[in-house]
Amino acid sequence: MAAFGSFALLIALALAAYNLLAGTLALRLIATGQPARISPERLADTARRAGIAVFLAVTAAAFALIWSVFSNDFSITYIMEHSNRALPGAYKFSALWSGQEGSLLLWAWLLGTYGFILRLTHKTDVKLYAYAGTILAGIQVFFLSILCFAAPPFALYRGAIPDDGNGLNPLLQYPEMVIHPPMLYLGYVGFSVPFCFALGALMMRYPGEKWIKVTRLWTMVTWLFLTAGIFLGMHWAYAVLGWGGYWGWDPVENASFMPWLTGTAFLHSVMMQEKKGMMKSWNVWLIFSTFLLTLLGTLLTRAGLVSSVHAFAQSSIGTWFVVFMGIVLAVCIFTYVLQRSHLKSEHHLESLVSRESSFLFNNLVLLTACFVILWGTLFPVISEYVVGNKVTVGAPFYNRVAVPIGIFLLLLTGVGPLLPWRAASFKSIRRNFVLPVIAFWVTAIVCLAVGVQPWKDGAFDTGNFYALVAFAVSAAVLTAILSEFLRGAAVISRQTGKNLIVGTWLLTRRNTRRYGGYIIHIGVVIVVVGLAGSAFNRNTESELALHDKLTIGPYTLECVGFTQDSNLNYNSEYALLDVYKGGKKQFQMAPEKRVYLITGQPQTMVAIHSVPSWDLYVVYEGTNPDTGQPIIKAILNPLVGWIWAGLVVLVFGTLVALVPSLSPSTASLRVPARTAPTEPALKGGHL
Amino acid sequence: MRHSTHLTFWLRAVQAGLLAVAICFSLGATDASSRFNDLGHRMMCTCSCAQLLGECNHVGCPESGRMRNELSDAIAAGKSDKEILTWFSAKYGATVLAAPTAHGFDLVAWIAPFAVFAAALLGTILLVRRWSVGKTQMAAADTSTMDPAERERREQIRRETGDGGF
Repeated sequence: MAAFGSFALLIALALAAYNLLAGTLALRLIATGQPARISPERLADTARRAGIAVFLAVTAAAFALIWSVFSNDFSITYIMEHSNRALPGAYKFSALWSGQEGSLLLWAWLLGTYGFILRLTHKTDVKLYAYAGTILAGIQVFFLSILCFAAPPFALYRGAIPDDGNGLNPLLQYPEMVIHPPMLYLGYVGFSVPFCFALGALMMRYPGEKWIKVTRLWTMVTWLFLTAGIFLGMHWAYAVLGWGGYWGWDPVENASFMPWLTGTAFLHSVMMQEKKGMMKSWNVWLIFSTFLLTLLGTLLTRAGLVSSVHAFAQSSIGTWFVVFMGIVLAVCIFTYVLQRSHLKSEHHLESLVSRESSFLFNNLVLLTACFVILWGTLFPVISEYVVGNKVTVGAPFYNRVAVPIGIFLLLLTGVGPLLPWRAASFKSIRRNFVLPVIAFWVTAIVCLAVGVQPWKDGAFDTGNFYALVAFAVSAAVLTAILSEFLRGAAVISRQTGKNLIVGTWLLTRRNTRRYGGYIIHIGVVIVVVGLAGSAFNRNTESELALHDKLTIGPYTLECVGFTQDSNLNYNSEYALLDVYKGGKKQFQMAPEKRVYLITGQPQTMVAIHSVPSWDLYVVYEGTNPDTGQPIIKAILNPLVGWIWAGLVVLVFGTLVALVPSLSPSTASLRVPARTAPTEPALKGGHL
Repeated sequence: MRHSTHLTFWLRAVQAGLLAVAICFSLGATDASSRFNDLGHRMMCTCSCAQLLGECNHVGCPESGRMRNELSDAIAAGKSDKEILTWFSAKYGATVLAAPTAHGFDLVAWIAPFAVFAAALLGTILLVRRWSVGKTQMAAADTSTMDPAERERREQIRRETGDGGF
């Protein structure tokens, strides 16, 4: 299987290289109109077909690796290092992305899959897809070259083949680890596609904004995957790492967040280009930056450039990424300089207070947030280089710098949709903003009344202050969005005679993009409320003998037993805790500590009881070596469940925005059958 | 004139907000337990777990217990926050501090984000204002020679399209 996998990768590399070279030659011939022995259109089609075959070859390689994991083929170094015989089946599958070589293969396979879909759907716009497919082939050549020469997943183990492997990192033996990395990679890799379309459209001086419509689906789906991947990672950190939090501002977490921020900025500013023909250069650079940030994130993970709990061992592939990023940047700059006259804005902003400027400020804040995170991530390296002093840039830095920016962004989420296009009159501002402002102050006063006070015992509490502002702004934004829904639904309701709920449904169906966007904003508000809850975390820790009790918030935990368990993969010990509230037993929790047999590594399995108002989070911290008694840590995390609920709303909103709008004016319109673009349509390139 | 009045109002509001935030940050926690909590969240555990000292609780951590005891002792000895952080920094190296300090090259870490944001914000405002002034002058020149009916029709279109889609 190792030989099969290696050959499959080599064949994939050869096919991708052919796709790149033949595609480039064909597009060059078409653009210049030079005579050639082979028809450029046919040459372009062979390149496209080679691209499809790349997918099949990389799929064969991925299959070979998975087969090797399941058949315990420890002659392959990667399998020996990341699996063992007793590893459960689902986790054997996740061994594919638990190490550097496997995760690069996953990257190449997902890139191949996206490329496969792109090349199959080329009839949407033959020429644009030919450009995008050729650029994508260039990216594929890079990743396949790494897999063939720098990080081969099928490298054979030198020496006597061991009877069993080293096993999977215990931190990765958790159900979400089967979903989180592929989801994140789908997002990361997916941004390659809009990048290829943007660069291709610029190279060929694509007329109009159709390329944005073509890539919108790709961008939104990619953004959705990245969003879900980030949140799944947060939930994994929360449920597995046992420190009670979900986001530690680790460099690799930051690396996933940065392209999300620029991708979000792109999704907003692209509307300006579609509607007004504005911000063309800006949009092109946003998508270029997003792609480059996905590469930077991978570089941070692989090269050991910064310290991270996620980082793989330092390896030589960091140099590959630096060189590739340099090439990509050079191509982007060259193409932009050559074709920038094609990107002139058709309109300018007319007013500081308008929908257009709110998009602009939204972009400004998103990019500032991205800069802050990039700056914080790289500052230790910069500091070491400049003054020879390595420093840590951790949560306190980001909490002070990024949180205010986040709250400002939340505010724009509510303000933007209330502003009209072009220019807002004072009257319209007053009409649209009166309810949100009332909601802001009412919420602030209610929060102060129930104890969310920035000043406690004469001291200022930054967390409480931010929470108070976040709750008040969230209420204002929610009111703004709901009033937008209600205003539109009331009009539909009057027109159709249906009730408000049906009116809201029809309103959303008529403009799924707009109202899907609003639902996403509601999801963001819910997430922010959940994040703000962290200001009120409480925790307590105690040694618990049998029938000892521990109290936190409204709960009393009574220890009713300790027990041990064992299976082929790990030994575990856990405490049984009866949880009482108001003197009545409510439920039982069983926090656990595992020790994996093959690695000897301990792992905490947290017990979580989640209700809308808080999570009761209980950790078995091990036993006191002096007394032999277990140590239990209990944390009360208010509103954490809202974060995961917000994700569900966010995903729902994105799906709504992806559904085509129902347009009454076109529903009964008979449209003549469109002829499919033919090969001659390829002619007329400009590069 | 009205534009500049509005701008002045917003600038003052922003100034007031920044002042309020600055006052908030200048205040600090006072009692021992909140100082322990605050300082514990301004330092890292040195066991390579990449967690804040106040949050490191992983099984068998060889460092956090000792470091917490040192922190408690330092607070009990009446040392100031600055003295405690300096002591930890001298003992464990600068990387024990969870965030850059506010002096020397570290200050750049704090200033750069706000400087970049302020520059970008100012640049955007000036750009939009320049565009809007240019647009107004063009519109004035355009409408001065326009007949009243045409001007009214344009105004109507502007009013009706003013509240467009997302």
